[in-house]
Amino acid sequence: MSLKEKLISSYLAFEDYLEDDSPIHDLRNKAIKTFEDSGFPTKKEENWKYTSLNSLLKEDFSVFPKKEAAVEFKDVKKYFLHDIDTYKIVFVDGLYSSFLSTTTHDGMDICLLSAALSKEKYKSVIEAYFNKAAKEDSLTSLNTAFAKEGAYIYIPKHKEVEKPVEIINFYTGSEAALMLQPRNLIIVAENAHIQIIERHQSLSENAVLTNAVTEIFAEKRAFVDYYKIQNDLPSASLIDSTYIKQERESVCSVHTFSFGGKLTRNNLNFYQHSEHCNSILKGVTIIEEKQHVDHNTLVHHIAPNCESHQDYKGIYDDSATGVFNGKILVEREAQKLDAFQQNNNILISDKATINSKPQLEIFADDVKCSHGCTIGQLDDEAMFYLRSRGIGEKEARALLMYAFANNVLESVKIPELKQRINKLIARKIGVSLGFDV
Amino acid sequence: MLKIKNLHASVEDKDILKGINLTINPGEVHAIMGPNGSGKSTFASVIAGKDEFEVTSGDILLNGEDIKELDPEERAHKGVFLSFQYPVEIPGVSVTNFIKTAINETRKSKGLEDMPAAEMLKKIKEKAELLEIDRKFLSRSLNEGFSGGEKKRNEIFQMAMMEPKLAILDETDSGLDIDALKIVANGVNKLRNAENAIIVITHYQRLLDYIVPDYVHVLLDGKIVKSGTKELAYELEERGYDWIKEEVKA
Repeated sequence: MSLKEKLISSYLAFEDYLEDDSPIHDLRNKAIKTFEDSGFPTKKEENWKYTSLNSLLKEDFSVFPKKEAAVEFKDVKKYFLHDIDTYKIVFVDGLYSSFLSTTTHDGMDICLLSAALSKEKYKSVIEAYFNKAAKEDSLTSLNTAFAKEGAYIYIPKHKEVEKPVEIINFYTGSEAALMLQPRNLIIVAENAHIQIIERHQSLSENAVLTNAVTEIFAEKRAFVDYYKIQNDLPSASLIDSTYIKQERESVCSVHTFSFGGKLTRNNLNFYQHSEHCNSILKGVTIIEEKQHVDHNTLVHHIAPNCESHQDYKGIYDDSATGVFNGKILVEREAQKLDAFQQNNNILISDKATINSKPQLEIFADDVKCSHGCTIGQLDDEAMFYLRSRGIGEKEARALLMYAFANNVLESVKIPELKQRINKLIARKIGVSLGFDV
Repeated sequence: MLKIKNLHASVEDKDILKGINLTINPGEVHAIMGPNGSGKSTFASVIAGKDEFEVTSGDILLNGEDIKELDPEERAHKGVFLSFQYPVEIPGVSVTNFIKTAINETRKSKGLEDMPAAEMLKKIKEKAELLEIDRKFLSRSLNEGFSGGEKKRNEIFQMAMMEPKLAILDETDSGLDIDALKIVANGVNKLRNAENAIIVITHYQRLLDYIVPDYVHVLLDGKIVKSGTKELAYELEERGYDWIKEEVKA
């Protein structure tokens, strides 16, 4: 039985087990139908030309974990931003871990999607927002069909969340191969502020495939800073689809740090529905061996006087492969736009590959839209400059790569996180220098 | 200290240096002057070890040791320093981190431990004051968005930190206004001592009013065609290079 068939037959059992009055009951049924019709994407689709799921789909994934696995805090502490206080929404093999989590209902909701889906008081919010930003593509639909657990965050008007929220998914390897469909719903109301850090972390060498979907609604003047840390084991794969719907004067940023994992696909979609929105998309990818990272971004400019900034840096070693497919779609109404996109890559090995494809579709006539892409080795003149100061070739190379990647970090607003990523980059690149990281 | 014998160098099969002979003793300052395209910057880069240039014949002896096959960092470890005409911008690495790395890598090559943090800070403070460099400046990304004067001051600051035996200042005066020039020259003069030597490469005599050379050499078409004392620099300033070209032809 193929994974697709397995998922469809599992859905019937899943459906049976759910309560019938779920507000998303009809959505689920429709979604599984979409998945059934279109199946997993293949390289024949333009958007998946450089990323193949074939080898992944051969794995015999369990769709539901059979037993609950326990995780000790001390064993996973290092994956948390443990030097500062945070809210934590933690899942172990797809199930909520109350033990590892710190949630709240005090003037805002930082809790679980399963609770929001089952309790009457959340029903109107679910009906108003759930699946309202997400695209109806096959993988998102698959997630929608199985959507049951994930983070639910509702920040009411004028509320500034005083500490960051960490959303962490751990995989224990209790199953030989596990596929999960986490689903996050985040609503940030007018003039509210939030910072979120998301991480998927495997704790064993067993295969994991995560098909995650996150919807974020940034209302008028809302501020959302989202940080994705993708530093997983070579046995773990992630397909992450994030949809951000922005209203007037909202500012949303997503930083994606891709440092490890077998296959990582980031579908990052921004929709600017009203004037004076600002969208910031930044990424650092540093991978090696046979790892694969694909950034597929879309910024859909629908209203006038908006901005978007994209800056993705990649360093690829060994046989690693990267994809950057960045689309800026400017509707006729979206005049006076200032959109910028940049993708710079360094290939360390002759066998490493990057496919970089900017796509600009502009229907407005009074906009500023620029993009740039570079693929190259390190600058010879810079190498000579460092070496002439006594810095050896290997260290000089590392220092330049560190500088290249580090530049993206300037916009990270949580100092402890910035420092953490800084150290990760230094370690990843092998900068062992007397450095204030 | 430095003995250069019949040095020939080329880039992409084009000969640039065509037989340079030069001897520099400790404590001396030598100026190398010459028109554009005479090979001045190539000469500086070849001594510092830029691999774009190929030494086709001749020797570069530093304290009796031939360094022409050494990597740039090995030459730096032996005390060669090049102040760049166009210092490279490196966003993401601060001036402080850069200089700390340079110093500790050089110490490592000599089997020494990293310089203790307190000592490093003290030294940085002292040398920054010498070059009238603001503390905030040190935490900025290396050369990124620096004015011409700031770049050159930063080069001499690095020289002060590295304490080289042989410093080559490649067009350090270009892009400097008179105040910056005085600061830079004053910094260089304070670093002069009986043990080190300095090569000043320049177009104009202006810098030599402040960094007074013991010898002046004229480089023309890849060769030193005339040597003299600082008076030669004044003569060049007044008469240009044509008369030397005539002399060479004759």
